[in-house]
Amino acid sequence: MEIALSSPLQMPATPARAARPRRRGRSVIPGFGLTMGLTLAWLSLIVLLPLSTVFIRSAGMGWADFIAAGLSPRALAAYRISFGTAFAAALVNGVFGLLTAWVLVRYDFPGKRVVNALVDLPFALPTAVAGIALTTIYSPSGWVGQLFEPLGIQLAYSPIGITLALIFIGLPFIVRSVEPVLEDLSADVEEAALSLGASPWQVFARVVLPAILPALLTGFALALARGVGEYGSVIFIAGNMPFKSEIAPLLIITQLEQYDYAGATAIATIMLIASFAILLLINLIQAWSRRRMQG
Amino acid sequence: MIRLQGITKRYGQYAALNDISLEVRDGEFLALLGPSGSGKTTLLRIIAGLAFPDKGSVTFNGEDVTDLKVADRKVGFVFQQYALFKHMTVAENVGFGLSVRKRSQRPPKARIKARAEELLDLVQLGGLGNRYPAQLSGGQRQRVALARALAVEPQLLLLDEPFGALDAKVRKTLRRWLRDLHKQMGLTSIFVTHDQEEALELADRVVVMDHGVIEQVGTPEQVYMEPATPFVSDFVGETNHFADGIHVRPHDLDIVAADGLPVVVDNVFRKGGAWRIEGVCAGDRVVELDVDASLPPPSPGETIQVRPRRSKAFTPTGANSHDHA
Amino acid sequence: MNTLSFLRARHLLIAAALAFIALFLVLPLAAVFSAALQKGLEAYGTALVEPDAISAIKLTLLVAAISVPLNVVFGIVAAWSIAKFDFPGKSLLITFIDLPFSVSPVVAGLIYVLMFGAQGWFGPWLAEHDVQIIFAVPGIVLATIFVTFPFVARELIPLMGEQGRDDEEAALSLGASGFQTFLRVTLPNIRWGLLYGVLLCNARAMGEFGAVSVVSGHLRGLTNTMPLHVEILYNEYNFVAAFAVASLLAMLALVTLVLKSLLEWRVGYHHGSARH
Repeated sequence: MEIALSSPLQMPATPARAARPRRRGRSVIPGFGLTMGLTLAWLSLIVLLPLSTVFIRSAGMGWADFIAAGLSPRALAAYRISFGTAFAAALVNGVFGLLTAWVLVRYDFPGKRVVNALVDLPFALPTAVAGIALTTIYSPSGWVGQLFEPLGIQLAYSPIGITLALIFIGLPFIVRSVEPVLEDLSADVEEAALSLGASPWQVFARVVLPAILPALLTGFALALARGVGEYGSVIFIAGNMPFKSEIAPLLIITQLEQYDYAGATAIATIMLIASFAILLLINLIQAWSRRRMQG
Repeated sequence: MIRLQGITKRYGQYAALNDISLEVRDGEFLALLGPSGSGKTTLLRIIAGLAFPDKGSVTFNGEDVTDLKVADRKVGFVFQQYALFKHMTVAENVGFGLSVRKRSQRPPKARIKARAEELLDLVQLGGLGNRYPAQLSGGQRQRVALARALAVEPQLLLLDEPFGALDAKVRKTLRRWLRDLHKQMGLTSIFVTHDQEEALELADRVVVMDHGVIEQVGTPEQVYMEPATPFVSDFVGETNHFADGIHVRPHDLDIVAADGLPVVVDNVFRKGGAWRIEGVCAGDRVVELDVDASLPPPSPGETIQVRPRRSKAFTPTGANSHDHA
Repeated sequence: MNTLSFLRARHLLIAAALAFIALFLVLPLAAVFSAALQKGLEAYGTALVEPDAISAIKLTLLVAAISVPLNVVFGIVAAWSIAKFDFPGKSLLITFIDLPFSVSPVVAGLIYVLMFGAQGWFGPWLAEHDVQIIFAVPGIVLATIFVTFPFVARELIPLMGEQGRDDEEAALSLGASGFQTFLRVTLPNIRWGLLYGVLLCNARAMGEFGAVSVVSGHLRGLTNTMPLHVEILYNEYNFVAAFAVASLLAMLALVTLVLKSLLEWRVGYHHGSARH
């Protein structure tokens, strides 16, 4: 049967559309105005506007007050604790997260699927639950804590405890960041290196590691960013002694409870700046890696 | 000289290689030819040390290397997808094998660099040492992979479908170039391919494989003109199948005036310097024959008579060639 | 790899990785259930039916029931505007949408206190009109919306981006309206990514602690979600009760993980890639 192709298929013409001049670059798909408008409105209302209050408040504080509140000795100690423990935890996760990703991608073993699912536990488990569970384990009478107690090492209620909690929190970031890159790194590249005489360690250090470095660094930065701001899983195990084991988020809450809005805002501003700096770092790493791979 | 004896490799129930024995002569260019699943790549990897047989032995010049790691076998392996190190420059890729040697055997950096440049010149990529693999074309990448394998002065060169990922024109050029390179260097080389044209063009000897067994080993001329089994006759070159296991090549069929097999012509087209005639004979069998293009071709619908100049009969007792005068 | 030498290293590596996982992931999970059941099943059950616990559960469910659908709608709308059209500043927009991920939960709560608290921007106006946001349920909902904001969007944006516009353009060329196209063509294509995003969004919404802690006021029986209730019980040394409520949240986490895994194995859905 022949189909008459004499008249081309036409979009139903609406007078309004016919009158409007044709816009170049606009897709044929409708709804841009509506969805973009809604997106921007919702985004501004929920995210941008509230976030800006922090900066506006800080701006209205005046330099001297801002420094006094945001960079006070107690605040500096808190930043040191938050940042130091997050960094240490991210380092540990860098090593063991890489190991975990390697084992998950390269090998098969019974229970592999369970392990794979478990890696996301820190994402799924509420931070408060993690917090009390970790404290129970590492307190002097806990399953692990009691092993170290006779040695005089206190795990819970110290920066060590904070680090342990942050290792839990940051684990998935490294694993999930590195996994896809490891999967892409096809086995034949490793075989090629071996066939050229490299030892297994040389294969890892000179072929695998450079290839996954951007992903590893990204995961590290993500774990770091998360760790610096973490509250729920740390607050129980931390000890919370000012200057010794007080994390920055706790300091913010303490200020709020004392109605010291200015102090809280100043510290929050500094933490936001740190978060954005890490975000920027991540973007730079991604851009650098893209350039590398595409020559 | 490489000797394989009784090589068997199973994956579960499936026998990838079944009692393979083969001798590779010094300096020869050997092709492992077969369809996918024939075991040719598995065999190559066993020779390389990237896989290990369940039974059998591999010896290099009398020395048993069956359990030797790939890093210790001094073989150069060129992978189908090149397997270049994306984060290293071309020169660094080529020099890699030298740079991972034990300190006592490692040449100084300057020497490694010089050697890399030497090899890049050899494969006609001189001056591109500072580029990254991502900046090169497929054919260039393949040559880098080759240069990298040659840099460590291997005793054996192994290539796994080296031109599989390239388009036709590049493939042709590289084939010719590889052949010349082999003539120049005289290095024992084994390559795997499913392209029988490629095997016939490049190899000194061809090993035709199917389903884990060797069907025939011979020169290209031998496997083409004297196929030992129906599979070889089919796989290497084109074949017409007739009743009673008789195989005839398209160019061995002539059009005769009388006393031939009647064929109804379906389609006629030019193939190189000949007319390719496609038709049907009794029993709905498809017949293909090549006729000199200087003569006028038959038209579709016409019935012609064909007679074979040369045929091969495969019976349960063996293969026989017949020359029909 | 079949190399003999690798075999020994492989077992060592697997053992090391499993030991790490067991220590840092399995142990805490086990601790929750062990501590919850320490005084037996009866004490466990009593803790869960206690009135304050029940209201905490109800509040958690309410907050999730509001914030998850809102963020689903937002996620779809945002992904549509980003994936189906070209415009400058796209990556900036995506960065903004991702912001809540990089912000500390305490700061997330703080910003709403700064806006709606007694000393906040709208504080006086709200007091005048007798509207309570901070230290009341609306504040908790707002803070939860903030922290779960990106979840659905960041699943759908790459998914819809990879799926392209062909299907929608085909539907339109056949005469479908924009909404019909969305309903009958786009939605079926993105259903698994949507489900995945909803799962993660819900897990976070029910489990959020830091941000909610700041805006909540901790009024027993009124403005305590389950995580906050856990904190109160724990600080009162009421460990069995604390872990009992916590175990409910842990079970939620396990269900989330199971469903997530099912989506990945059975359906083949993977974050960041498009499979129809």
